[in-house]
Amino acid sequence: MNAFSDAFVYLNDPYNWTGPRGIFFLAGQHVKIAGLAMLVALVVAVPPAVWLGHRGRGGAFLLGLSNVSRAVPTLAVLTIFAVTSIGFTIWAPVIALALFAVPPILANTYVGFREVDRDLVEAARAMGLDGRQMVLQAELPMALPLIMTGIRTAAVQVAATATLASLLGNPTLGTIIRSGFGRQDYGIVVAGALLVAALAMLTDVLLGTVSWAVTPGPKRLPFGRVRSRRAEAAAVPAAR
Amino acid sequence: MLSAASSVVLAADSAPNPWFDLSWVGDNWSTIMPLVGQHVRLTVVSVLIGAVIAFPLALLARRTRGLAAAVLGLSTFVYTIPSLAMFAFIAPFTGLSETTVAIGLVLYSLVVLVRNCLAGLQAVPEEVREAARGMGYGPGRLLLRVELPLALPSIMTGLRIATVTTVALVTVGVIVGQGGLGQIIIVNGFGANYYRPPIVFGTLGCVLLALIADQLLAVVERVLTPWTRQRVAA
Repeated sequence: MNAFSDAFVYLNDPYNWTGPRGIFFLAGQHVKIAGLAMLVALVVAVPPAVWLGHRGRGGAFLLGLSNVSRAVPTLAVLTIFAVTSIGFTIWAPVIALALFAVPPILANTYVGFREVDRDLVEAARAMGLDGRQMVLQAELPMALPLIMTGIRTAAVQVAATATLASLLGNPTLGTIIRSGFGRQDYGIVVAGALLVAALAMLTDVLLGTVSWAVTPGPKRLPFGRVRSRRAEAAAVPAAR
Repeated sequence: MLSAASSVVLAADSAPNPWFDLSWVGDNWSTIMPLVGQHVRLTVVSVLIGAVIAFPLALLARRTRGLAAAVLGLSTFVYTIPSLAMFAFIAPFTGLSETTVAIGLVLYSLVVLVRNCLAGLQAVPEEVREAARGMGYGPGRLLLRVELPLALPSIMTGLRIATVTTVALVTVGVIVGQGGLGQIIIVNGFGANYYRPPIVFGTLGCVLLALIADQLLAVVERVLTPWTRQRVAA
């Protein structure tokens, strides 16, 4: 297909990388928006999820929330924030993206805490650990693989959604796809698509590796499947 | 005099831009309806084609471990590709058409459906299969009368997830000008001087469509699996 060879010609031109509004600039903006959104989401989602998971409350609500979030189009929420008073700042896409990163982090962190072996919790209590120590030294390390699954799912979705922010005037890697369509040049369109897909894959592999590195005890393969059916249900990602 | 002057809307004043305006819906009915139709059409076609491909693929995948791993690995790979990039990959072949959007959406729904079909079929207890074979069931009848009904809840869950996801993803089709309600949000709203009523209408419309589709499928599931009615729905 001609478009694919055109795409490689486009990607081989150094000016397309370093020029003003080039790939490096757009990738930087993309990562900045996505990174800020993930930070906001982590700060908002992890503490309540840890608390609820420790107490074993609100599980149905959290899992329901992650199901409902699937039904809301990311593009719509991005557009709504773009037409508010913060619409012309970077915070419009950041907050919109963070909203979609919260549910998977909440659900997976919660399930991670609930999946901790009850015998282990009993043993920790018998050894005299108080509530705080219980969370930090017993439950958190055991829940970490699933928490990381949630963060990884959220990050891949955020990286994908940041692409859509280009449709609302935020410069991201999606801007390349958009300008390709604007110029009716499918070479540029495919080049943009390759870059966007590569970034999403990179995010997935990177966080998969981090999750492998922080898993205590015998390491499981980072790209394998999650064990329990419940955990699997929480981990079902949404396409963005 | 002053009060009379202030009630006159001048061109210099900023145009009203309310979040909710039902009169906009009434005034633009002829623009809205074809796009709602496109949204529903793209969703139904994509999920149906996805299901038709997914089921035989799941049957094939469960024969060997290696094949199942390959199908699951490939499906994870597809799911990682952002929708905008997906449509951009397909557009050089099929242009700015509904087909471009449909192919992308089929791929996404296929991923969910294959996974759930496979999980459902694999969850059928071996004893049940043995018992059916002992009663003289051949492979075809075993599949249709025993395995399929037992796998149905898992398949229906997949169908619901795929449908809800697809309704949301149709909006991204706006990149090739075929985004259903996404057209209303981006073209009639954002592109028309950030006009809010179409944006809110398009958003609520998408959520409503997703909820209606989900509930319809829930009803279908209840009708098809009367034996699960005693248990609490997931």
